[in-house]
Amino acid sequence: MANQKVVLPTEHCETCPAFTQLEQMGIKIGDFDRVVALAGNPNTGKSTLFNALTGLKQHTGNWPGKTVTRAEGGFEFNKLRYKLVDLPGTYSLLSASQDEEVARDFILFGQPNCTIVVTDATALERNLNLVMQVMEITENVVVAINLMDEAKRKGLEVDARSLSRDLGVPAIPVTARSGEGIHTLLGAVAEVIEGKVATKPLRVHGTPEFQNAVNELVPMIEQLAPGIPNARWLAIRLLDGDARVQNAITSGELNEIVSRQQRQDVQFSAKMSVEGRQ
Amino acid sequence: MKNVTPNDVLAKAESLRNNLSTGFRDEIVKSLYSEAEKIANRAVKTASDKKYDLDQKIDRLVTSPITGLPIMLLMLGIVIWLTVSGANVVSEAIANILFGLGDLGRNLFNSIGVPWWLTGFIWDGVYLGLAWVISVMLPPMMIFFPAFTFLEDLGYLPRVAFNLDWMFKKSGAHGKQSLTMAMGFGCNAAGVVATRIIDSPRERLIAILTNNFVPCNGRFPTLIMLATVFVASAFPAALTSFIAAGTVVGVVLIGVGFTFLMSWALSRTVLKGEASAFTLELPPYRKPNFGRILYTSIIDRTIFVLWRAMQTAAPAGAIIWLLANIPYGDANLAHAIANWLNPFGILLGLDGVILLAYIIAIPANEIVVPTMMMMYMGAGMMVNGPSSNTDIFNLLVHGNGWTLLTAVNLMLFALLHNPCATTIMTIYKETKSWKWATVSVVITLGTAFLVTFFTASIARLFGWA
Repeated sequence: MANQKVVLPTEHCETCPAFTQLEQMGIKIGDFDRVVALAGNPNTGKSTLFNALTGLKQHTGNWPGKTVTRAEGGFEFNKLRYKLVDLPGTYSLLSASQDEEVARDFILFGQPNCTIVVTDATALERNLNLVMQVMEITENVVVAINLMDEAKRKGLEVDARSLSRDLGVPAIPVTARSGEGIHTLLGAVAEVIEGKVATKPLRVHGTPEFQNAVNELVPMIEQLAPGIPNARWLAIRLLDGDARVQNAITSGELNEIVSRQQRQDVQFSAKMSVEGRQ
Repeated sequence: MKNVTPNDVLAKAESLRNNLSTGFRDEIVKSLYSEAEKIANRAVKTASDKKYDLDQKIDRLVTSPITGLPIMLLMLGIVIWLTVSGANVVSEAIANILFGLGDLGRNLFNSIGVPWWLTGFIWDGVYLGLAWVISVMLPPMMIFFPAFTFLEDLGYLPRVAFNLDWMFKKSGAHGKQSLTMAMGFGCNAAGVVATRIIDSPRERLIAILTNNFVPCNGRFPTLIMLATVFVASAFPAALTSFIAAGTVVGVVLIGVGFTFLMSWALSRTVLKGEASAFTLELPPYRKPNFGRILYTSIIDRTIFVLWRAMQTAAPAGAIIWLLANIPYGDANLAHAIANWLNPFGILLGLDGVILLAYIIAIPANEIVVPTMMMMYMGAGMMVNGPSSNTDIFNLLVHGNGWTLLTAVNLMLFALLHNPCATTIMTIYKETKSWKWATVSVVITLGTAFLVTFFTASIARLFGWA
């Protein structure tokens, strides 16, 4: 085996057969096969998970709003290279503050192969709002139920299977601080990307007349911005009167963002990783 | 099929929206929330009644209107006391070692016949600048940063925001500004970047323009030195560290006071508006991860900041040596410039050397004290830097006519003056406007001039100085 590198000094991992399959690559990403985004509410441990996976030392802190730019890093799992993008925490994808916009733009236009939504096991209900909003945009979603240790301390039991069944996407319990569960998480991410696990995201459709309106608008948006991956979501936002999306359409920013997000890859990564340091 | 224009899409959306029955939004949001609730209820079971009592009990104390503020002051006091009392000892030791090394180097150069100007330039200029900045900065940072990162990891910062929210609201600013203010203690440039968490552009600008009123780590050493050498020396030795820490806490509180005052003034003049509402989670207290704290505070913060300071200290040392050794009139260039600045400095209760030091230190506030000391010593004439507090006191008071007013006003000036070059650049990058970057300089420098002029005039009026 090529990657016999000891990376995670956790007892559970050393006995795990998958252990040798993860190699942290830091910011030396170079070519990568897949892009994975880390989204989630503020202070749910995205940066901690990011550090555990990439071996980078992105600054973590126990307060909402620690990450204001996106940081990127890499890791190798089962001989495939992944680029991991740590996004600022956000409660919704509808808001206007700059850090939340960074998250929204990337999930919308960056076309990650998979988005991991990191949730707080001790406040699941509130966290699910964002999960469902991300699932509106993309089908390739894996939910990481983080902070399982804290949930246990508070006497909470989280049934991942029930959650996974209800949401229609894999839901994996993890404790990012100790590294517990992250191999299972990566396995699920790989399976979703490879289509081995078919996701069927739960979507709120609204009334039938609303559904019709969305269906009428989608083709027009697709014609306006060919290659736009999330026309359905944009249609919903337009019907809702989202000024930010309206602006993006009139100013031509939409097309620009599509091409920019598809262009910017490697040269950007190292820079952002450094700037992410605070 | 004809081309679709952006306006077609918007017009279509508009007409579709008007045909939808009212309340379709609420319908969607309602079903989103009820789905989330249903799913969460099915997935989460409370196994026991073991509630998070402890967290709540602590929070009741830490965020109470009565005990919240005193606890906050106590925390600030403890962190600063640890920094002051620890740094004092270590600074002296490091200074002795580094200045000793300087002696060795100078002697070595002299013995092998290197020309005096080269020896002077390297050992009394570049090296002395570096030695000073390391001995002045490293010890406080090594104590302050881990202590600050510890509180950050623990989850205390959002509680601070909670406690201060009403004051920011009264100032017409955003409550999250206390988080960006807290980041400013580490580095004002980082504090300015952190303002991205504030979504209202108006309130974000206020947070950016006032961030500089909390002293960053580059300015703490100046405050600590002055508080120890001047204020605390008037008290019995056993009390020194407490008095010094108390003085620094006082200066920090003055800075926080100016943050509120300036936020209030801005939100009533150029940046008019009401404070917006927001939700801020109080995260659970988490056991700090000590390995990470050490890594973050030592590598990411201490070494990072020190390295930046050294990069400006070396050329600054060289410039000071050159200024002190280029003859001008009957003295040297440094002397001439300082003399020229002196009347203005005196007006502010400072002197010409201090102002010149601040001009040379625009790239990084860290080097103000070293620059000042080197100029007072008249580098080239005096071989060694003063390493103990008594030496410094003698040099400044007996050698250069300092009074308590000079020390107090220098502390105020250090607190209020313009942001360093890095922070100004960061403000430009974040606001994309030279106008706001300039405004940030004007209001801070203006405040510093006004306040020091005011205190100097008062002191003179009453015959204290």
